[in-house]
Amino acid sequence: MTTQQPAAHPADGAEAVSPTATPDAWKGESALVVEHLAKRFGDRVAFDDVSFEVGYGEVFGFLGPNGAGKTTTVRTLGTLIAPSSGTAIVAGIPLNAKNGPAIRSRIAVMPESPGLYLRLTVLENLQCFAGLYELDDVRGRIGRALRAVNLEDRARDLCGSLSKGLRQRVALARALLSDPAVLFLDEPTSGLDPVATREVHDLLASLRERGVTIFLTTHRLEEAERLCHRVAILNTTLRLIGRPDELRQQLFSRSVDVRLRAPLDDPQAVLGAVPEVEGWEQTPSGYTLTVSDPDRAAPALARALVAASADILSLAESRHSLEDIYLKLIDEDVEARSR
Amino acid sequence: MSFSWTRVGAIFIKELRDYRRNRSVIGTMAATPVLFIILPTIQLIAANVTGKELSVRVGLSLLYMLVIPVMMPSVVSAYSVVGEREQGTLEPVLTTPIRREEFLIGKALAAFVPTLVIAYAVFGIFLAIAGLFAHPAIASAIYAGTHVLVQLVFTPLLAGWAIWVGIGVSARSTDVRVAQQLSVLASTPPLVIVALISLNVITVSTALALGLAAALLAIDLLAWRVVAAMFDRERLVTGRPR
Repeated sequence: MTTQQPAAHPADGAEAVSPTATPDAWKGESALVVEHLAKRFGDRVAFDDVSFEVGYGEVFGFLGPNGAGKTTTVRTLGTLIAPSSGTAIVAGIPLNAKNGPAIRSRIAVMPESPGLYLRLTVLENLQCFAGLYELDDVRGRIGRALRAVNLEDRARDLCGSLSKGLRQRVALARALLSDPAVLFLDEPTSGLDPVATREVHDLLASLRERGVTIFLTTHRLEEAERLCHRVAILNTTLRLIGRPDELRQQLFSRSVDVRLRAPLDDPQAVLGAVPEVEGWEQTPSGYTLTVSDPDRAAPALARALVAASADILSLAESRHSLEDIYLKLIDEDVEARSR
Repeated sequence: MSFSWTRVGAIFIKELRDYRRNRSVIGTMAATPVLFIILPTIQLIAANVTGKELSVRVGLSLLYMLVIPVMMPSVVSAYSVVGEREQGTLEPVLTTPIRREEFLIGKALAAFVPTLVIAYAVFGIFLAIAGLFAHPAIASAIYAGTHVLVQLVFTPLLAGWAIWVGIGVSARSTDVRVAQQLSVLASTPPLVIVALISLNVITVSTALALGLAAALLAIDLLAWRVVAAMFDRERLVTGRPR
């Protein structure tokens, strides 16, 4: 397998972490420790006071609108850009100019654009990067990397002849060559069609299963929700960090959606009588109820509605998507800036 | 982590593979020597075999040979950094453990080696034509004195200068065309001294020729340090100085 943890990896043998695992599962196994990191270009603040930790084996989503500072953060952690202030430890090595080559030898960065040499074949591109990482067993590593992205049969093709999706897969193979302790992926599906996007998602899901530590920047929220154990939302400053379900609980009250064939004659009498219901509002197709505990509220509600002779079409806990969370935060930022 | 010739080799081999598949580069590398061997050969055949004119014609013919190591690598090296940046291939390379010195030497060698091979080959052909077809007096004028020594010593030194100027301009440019024009222009000053030597305006002894060569070598080494200092990852990636 191409993506096994390297020998010096603190989490050798660690199992892939399930998406429902708590963040505590990664504590003490930090692939990235970032504290109050900031980058300014003159008067312009790219990102400010960013702090987070990413554990080995974790897939960490870094979300934010265009210009939020995601790519600059990746470039800073990848030692391409010097931070203006703050500290970071990347793959166990303190981030500073002197440690640049050592950090870069333990990480891999896949920029938004694949950046392949188009006049070289897939194999030649990978050979070049194997040399840059001074890898041993070059043939074996290239073979495993190409197998990981299902491109073994295209090794002799010129990169210029490949589709955008295939180029992205070659770039991913290139990033996997050195078995990096941390793999930074900057918008890996940007500009891809839905089929190519799904292929990249499947590849990333397989890497996640293998326990590869991935720092994924994206503004595709469904991508983050599907692939990431935890997400952080950046809009110059870090707005929120946690598992998607935790973020939902933090930002939204828990609620149950009820769809009925016809409105209730006296909703307050029926819905207000259920102890778990804290409030309700009418919607075009029924009611949305704020509840303390959906698991206890739903059966009680069903009984109350049946008793009131209501025809229930559906009754389910409201599920806020990551997009809801994201939009709520970004809207708050827009409002705050307009004040 | 120490300096790695493996990483230098990776850049060097990649560049040569890229040249091989790039018709423009191959065309330029093939056409330049052809052009620069036709004119000196005509100069030789048509030369008056006596007097000062002979000396001037021989000097001009040899000067053409020394234009090759200035012209050929300057275009390629001017492309080396800004070209990769425009293609989007620079950032992935800079995120590997490669040091700027390794990157720059790999790029410089990839321009230097083909230049040296072609320039020496063209000079060899020129000498062979002179020996076989030119009037004996012309041939002996070419082979005599410091001409051959000047060619052999100054060819790599001029190439080195042109390459570092080209890479330096490339590291600070945002447009390939501007970089190529500037680097060709900036590469030529040392050629003036060589021209004066070739045309016998400056009469040189072997010692003086070697002294000038040593000075040019020192300038090349200084240029390499300056270019290495100019190579700023942050500026190259973001377009802004640190």
